[in-house]
Amino acid sequence: MTARQIAPWIAGAALIAVPFVHRDAYHLHILILILIWAFAYTSWSMMGRFGLVSLGHGGFMGVGAYVTALLWNHLGVSPWLGIPLAMLAAAVLAVIVAYPCFRFRITGHYFVLVTLALSGIVLQVITATRNYTGGSLGYTPDRTRGSQLWALQFDDKAVWYLIALGIWAAGLLVWRWVDRSMDRYALEAISEDEDAAAAAGVNVTWEKLKITVISALMTALAGALYCQYQMFISPDTVSGIAISLQMVFAVIVGGLYVMLGPTVGAIITIMLAEVLRIGFGTKAVGWDNLVYGVLLVVFIIFLPKGILGSILDRLKTRRETRAPAILAGEPKQSTAVRAEVAR
Amino acid sequence: MLEHFDIFLLEAVINGILLGGLLALLALGLNLIFGVIDVTWICYAELVMIGMYGMYFLVQYYGLPYYAAAPLAILIVAVLGALLHLLVIAPLLNAAPINQLLATGGVLFVLQSFATVAFGIDFRNLGIRLPVLQFADMHLSYSRLLAFGVALIGMLLVYLFMTRTFLGTAIRAIAQDRQIMPLMGVDAGRIYLITSALGGALAGLAACLLVLQYDVHPFVGLSFGPITFIICVLGGLGNFVGGFVAAFLFAQIISLGGLYSDLEWGYVLAFAFFIVMMFIRPAGLLARRS
Repeated sequence: MTARQIAPWIAGAALIAVPFVHRDAYHLHILILILIWAFAYTSWSMMGRFGLVSLGHGGFMGVGAYVTALLWNHLGVSPWLGIPLAMLAAAVLAVIVAYPCFRFRITGHYFVLVTLALSGIVLQVITATRNYTGGSLGYTPDRTRGSQLWALQFDDKAVWYLIALGIWAAGLLVWRWVDRSMDRYALEAISEDEDAAAAAGVNVTWEKLKITVISALMTALAGALYCQYQMFISPDTVSGIAISLQMVFAVIVGGLYVMLGPTVGAIITIMLAEVLRIGFGTKAVGWDNLVYGVLLVVFIIFLPKGILGSILDRLKTRRETRAPAILAGEPKQSTAVRAEVAR
Repeated sequence: MLEHFDIFLLEAVINGILLGGLLALLALGLNLIFGVIDVTWICYAELVMIGMYGMYFLVQYYGLPYYAAAPLAILIVAVLGALLHLLVIAPLLNAAPINQLLATGGVLFVLQSFATVAFGIDFRNLGIRLPVLQFADMHLSYSRLLAFGVALIGMLLVYLFMTRTFLGTAIRAIAQDRQIMPLMGVDAGRIYLITSALGGALAGLAACLLVLQYDVHPFVGLSFGPITFIICVLGGLGNFVGGFVAAFLFAQIISLGGLYSDLEWGYVLAFAFFIVMMFIRPAGLLARRS
């Protein structure tokens, strides 16, 4: 085994060991939040990386959280059954909106705005049905006494850490699975040129629908997980346009096209919010978003591939320029010639 | 009983029309930017919010009368629009459309949190109470009528500017063909800047009218921003007449939906209508089938 193959196993073992070594509740809480949001951001980039920019993921997350909590409170359905049902509901919603979109070739700006309407609808429905969902005041799943496996409620943060870690790792595995499948090539072709891809025999509608449903299922799971961990949800924290934009923002900062990019985005954004919150106290209200916004604009203008993406790119080009340097001896001339040919 | 009900219905219809005028004004500015520069300002409603704060401070703190404060507020937002173009859009003119969209999303965060930091999260209002018009058992607020009238006049002025002046003709020409017009001696960068300022001025005008009816707070943009985009898309991005028709249609759905149930259901209905319409007429209400 090479170092490249061993590294993920060592990193995984180290991550699993964290709660047994370091039991500080606050640090674990931050880590859990990072893992849950990293999973949500990874879910968004499943389709975002293929040019399918959705602002409807706030809606999927809201459905995941609220369906789970409502089933538990009103019908006493255990989250073990409630979460799959919530994911199913999000998937159905995704198909209802996305199928006609893809069938009628609604792309680019128009796709963004249709999905924006979707998160608007979910937010308004949650607010309008305030007799059941508590409206904008938020909603709390009924607590059991102590930790209960069937209610998916645990007092111990270490348990939550391990659950979040497992789900996050599963999200990365799904990414890898898509990355290595034929669908990836089909979707990349679609994002370059839909008509050309269709002419080459790619079933455009079906491929896009598949990745959208996978992404919606994962996002709903992230919402349900957030709900079970925080035990409090409100339309503003799990649904709506603000959450959708937050997902896009974190992914852009971290790096959209690389597997760990969304995770890096989650680490940066959550750490930034926490540092500002501790540094400024209650005066920090608004400051974190101000810094976010400026960073987002700066990143899109100067580093569209995100932090991790740009670092990996730089490493790659350095490796590539070093290799011909050994072979040809004159790297500068060869790149100049290449540029000339390209021109 | 039936007569009574009809009065409510009529009132809702009229209020819908009045709301429609305001929404049409909002949509016009956004449509202008999209039609000419081919960029969607996600932060458009936040520019309106800043304009509303401008009005609030000019009137409440500096004691200016409403009619003196309004041109100043419009000017402030117009400058903001031009700055937005220079600082954010101009470097991204050749980037992917999605990147432009997301960059203005970042500006949305900046403006919203700037307002939170600078002005706090309190709801503020102008303190001007305009009378309510009573007409045959219907209550129509004077401020809505005023907003409707000014919005219509504003739209008419923009129409005349676009069709009757040299600059307006140049703007329309750039919108039609981005490659050829620079060869004809039109400075595209300057036209984009003027258009951005004009779009900002329209946002400022909308702010002056909205501040009469609604309280200002940093998140006020979120309550009508999404509706504005949806109206523009419904009418066809860049299609002025389509946006105008869509605004009135949308306002009627919200107003009538709100009559039969909660206001939120009016919005849900309107959003759902939008999604259905996207599948029937993806290129906008008035688009010709190709």
